[in-house]
Amino acid sequence: MKEGADVRSEREFPSGQSGQGVGARLPRKEDDRLMRGRGQYVADIRLAGLQDVAFVRSPQAHARICGIHVPERHRGSVFTAADLVGIKPIRAVSGLPGFKISEQPVLATGKVRQVGELVAMCVAPTRAEAEDIAASVTLDLEELPAITDMLKAREPASALVHEHWGDNVFLETNYEVDISAALDAPIKVTREISTARQCMSPLEGRGVVATFDRRLDQLTLHSAAQMPHITRSGLAECLGMEEGQIRVISPDVGGGFGHKGILLPEEVCLSWLTMQRGHPVRWIEDRREHLVASSNCREHHYRITLYADRDGTLRGIDCEATVDSGAYSSYPFSACLEAAQVASILPGPYKMPAYRCRTFSVATNKCPILPYRGVARTGVCFALELMLDLVAAEAGLEPGEVRLRNLVLPEQMPFDNITKKHFDSGDYPEAMRRALAAVDIDAIRAKQGRGEADGRRIGVGVSIYCEQAAHGTSVYSGWGIPMVPGHEQASARLTPDGGLELRVGVHSHGQGMETTLAQVAHEMLGIDVAKIRIILGDTAMTPYSTGTWGSRSMVMAGGAVATACRELGERARRIGAKLLQHDPASVVLQNGEVRGVNGSVSLKTIAHTWYRRPQDLPADVDPGGLEVTQGYKPVRDSGTFSYAAHAAVVAVDPDLGEVEILDYVIVEDGGVLVNPLVVDGQIYGGLAQGIGTALYEEMPFDASGQPLATTLADYLLPGATEVPAARLDHMETPSPYTQFGVKGIGEGGAIAPPAAIANAVNDALRPLGVELMQSPITPHRVVAAVLAARATERSAA
Amino acid sequence: MKPAPFAYERPRDLDAALSMLAASNGSAKIIAGGQSLGPMLNLRLVQPELIIDISGLTELKRADVSGGELVLGALVTHADIEDGRTADVTRGAMRAVAANIAYRAVRNRGTIGGSLSHADPAADWISALAALGARMTLRSCAGARTMTIEAFVVGALESALQAGEIVESIHVPTRSASAHWGYAKSCRKTGEFAHAIGAVLIDPAAATARVVIGAIDTAPIVLTDAAGLFGGRIAADYKERFDAGIADAVLAKAGIDDVVQRHIHVGVLKRAVQEAAA
Repeated sequence: MKEGADVRSEREFPSGQSGQGVGARLPRKEDDRLMRGRGQYVADIRLAGLQDVAFVRSPQAHARICGIHVPERHRGSVFTAADLVGIKPIRAVSGLPGFKISEQPVLATGKVRQVGELVAMCVAPTRAEAEDIAASVTLDLEELPAITDMLKAREPASALVHEHWGDNVFLETNYEVDISAALDAPIKVTREISTARQCMSPLEGRGVVATFDRRLDQLTLHSAAQMPHITRSGLAECLGMEEGQIRVISPDVGGGFGHKGILLPEEVCLSWLTMQRGHPVRWIEDRREHLVASSNCREHHYRITLYADRDGTLRGIDCEATVDSGAYSSYPFSACLEAAQVASILPGPYKMPAYRCRTFSVATNKCPILPYRGVARTGVCFALELMLDLVAAEAGLEPGEVRLRNLVLPEQMPFDNITKKHFDSGDYPEAMRRALAAVDIDAIRAKQGRGEADGRRIGVGVSIYCEQAAHGTSVYSGWGIPMVPGHEQASARLTPDGGLELRVGVHSHGQGMETTLAQVAHEMLGIDVAKIRIILGDTAMTPYSTGTWGSRSMVMAGGAVATACRELGERARRIGAKLLQHDPASVVLQNGEVRGVNGSVSLKTIAHTWYRRPQDLPADVDPGGLEVTQGYKPVRDSGTFSYAAHAAVVAVDPDLGEVEILDYVIVEDGGVLVNPLVVDGQIYGGLAQGIGTALYEEMPFDASGQPLATTLADYLLPGATEVPAARLDHMETPSPYTQFGVKGIGEGGAIAPPAAIANAVNDALRPLGVELMQSPITPHRVVAAVLAARATERSAA
Repeated sequence: MKPAPFAYERPRDLDAALSMLAASNGSAKIIAGGQSLGPMLNLRLVQPELIIDISGLTELKRADVSGGELVLGALVTHADIEDGRTADVTRGAMRAVAANIAYRAVRNRGTIGGSLSHADPAADWISALAALGARMTLRSCAGARTMTIEAFVVGALESALQAGEIVESIHVPTRSASAHWGYAKSCRKTGEFAHAIGAVLIDPAAATARVVIGAIDTAPIVLTDAAGLFGGRIAADYKERFDAGIADAVLAKAGIDDVVQRHIHVGVLKRAVQEAAA
């Protein structure tokens, strides 16, 4: 890629020639451990005296607790809210005006507000015995009306999740830029669009092993967590402890996706329990707990109108978006981040002069909604991109043409859109053009004209999005939630044998950061990546960080590692100059050596001398040493904007409702790629999740608030056979604001597929008069829509 | 997701297993491959006092052809059939069905007798074997009895097995040279339970047709004389004569109220008919 090549040649960095630095397609260092089953996850931790915990969970969605009956023989092994004296509820407050506060007791008090809510904690030598005890506990519950429909929950007559609020709305927001200017547009399309409630499904669920060290006066919580420092702050608040009394260790983590960024009531409960009992305790989430009680996400509803001119030029968007936030505000992201974000990101990468968006974060008797890879973007992309296809149909244009007419242009960069999002760089139309060319849109149209022998119908769909990543203080301070990212720090230490230890507060749960951060350090110092160790996931051993979320780690921790390594290299260079008896100004650090005109000295020798033979150093050497901590922020902290155009070709069986993905193309621009192999992996993984959103994943509830997909037999996830061999194409427009020009790309793969696939299905079925505006697109929904369209046609005839 | 406590026995022969079963007074469960019972135990959907593991009973691992039929012991696995380790009298029909049951890991351990005993409406064998005209032998301490598959499957997860009885063997008749076999199913994804199954054994020369519509909420619909679906007679042109309206009426009569579900079932049955071949 041309831009990328230009950037690299301009770099100040000395070590890029070895094939291990920024841009190298390096296999992941951690895979040697992870792919051989030698990772160490929370469930692998064994501590002497460990006992297992099982929870009594609410069987009802909304009920008053009239009694909890523990059999006599199990008293002492069962704990309820009454036992947890001094433990505070989880409070995640947003500073946005009008936000209503929910308090989530770690064990239920007074009422239960969702199926699966923790009511009592049972401890025993094994999990099976703990479950036996849990099964013996009986609850006396007075059933209350369950609030399961977020639109009905907004109505004044609705029953209330939190009575003292007076309604069920966590937060309402309004945003408008002159919508009246759009109202006379000749094309006006209005629809209702919705995305199902899902469960994000990392291979590893949550898990906690808690223990207390009397000598250190310290609670150690091993937890499958993406943000251990934030977990520590939340725990300290709930437990009333000093942060220094708590150490959070997050070992290998088998996927996070947002679910593992949340402070769990289970974490608070087990922390309390180990301090009470004096022995380590463990709770490992099982898949039923995970599905029923924990990891819900994505449930959006849109009433949306697009205004456009006859040539497809967008005149404006008017939208009312509702998000089912569930019963409680989750820590630290709060119950409103999802819906409130909708308003700011709905316009996406499109130009428009008028915009209005009203959002509602609604409380219901379901699990708290959690931020899942892409967060609000997947729903927003689904809504907007489906609508743009309808504008295309009204205007008689190819869907791709409507995008090209409205996307921000490269010459407009940097670009502030209608919601004041600051786009740093990129060529969005080029990504779309490449995607259209790659699927050969003309050939597909010709094929559609001929029809298929097997009665299936072919369709093609496109979508495009932007992914704001690594947005920092200036963005998050406005949300007023418990966590606002500032400068990111990294520590770099040259070891006596010339290796490098890097300490970072972000975490790696599939992102390959043990490799990519080593590549960054190699770029700066020239040390072989095999000799670079990345230390992460432990509050005692790493600098404070808000952790890994929002596709921020490569930008922020990568930038911090580069900054720390630059300073470390500078110190080594000055020591090297002394050893070479050169003026420091006349030596350079290159490929792991300090070089002067008459010779060179390796970093290994410099380290050895500093630590092991200080007698060889002159008296006036800089005493700072070979261990540094440095902080980093991009030049602007409004976020990097990566993006991708997706194109899907599908075959739909109108009688059986089956959808097969025949071809899938992704043209993505993530700025300068530190490791293109890792980026490809991120995109493939995100695509699989996006296909899940599009076609498979749904957590339905009955009228009493019972979740109906309680095992993976009912909650369907795409498997290897459902994910096509997607074709990837990379553009590499550097960000002007970040170290190396990198951009965050962690979430994008999961954002665009539902829209591209739905548009392809609608393209296939449009001649039958069918339109699907709801995810997932199940066989039942497809056939229902086909039959409804046939009935309409018959009654018209 | 850990099971409630249970006792475990692994008898060495069928008589011992039947004695244990008789002595348990209905509080025991038999486990073979454990592909359905395992999760049900872990979810505490079943809480038997005793698990009788029959995986050591060599009597139930036989597969012989005798008297014009294939006799399969209840412990024959789906993979045994898929891989051709058992004789085949169905000219490939059973192998093809076996190869598409769930995932290979399930097929390695899951048994034909276990699948039938579990009587999950969405499973393959209760539909496929009913279409093939198979019978089963059930045995208890009191003796043995034989019945058709369609008589055995009473409803969703309900069979004719009585306390003390286990499935001993499955008897599959030889498929005639002129009989066409068609089997189709629709699954949300590869390896998942089907939400619609169609199985047909149509012999134009003999003018007979057995048709099964499976993966409905209850026992499969088994039409032993399905001429009604084909305009009242079975002949070489049966594919053209398939009447989707009659199939829909059969489903409606069986209590399937959802028109969309009926449409999908009819579509899958139609596919089985269209793909049927000698």
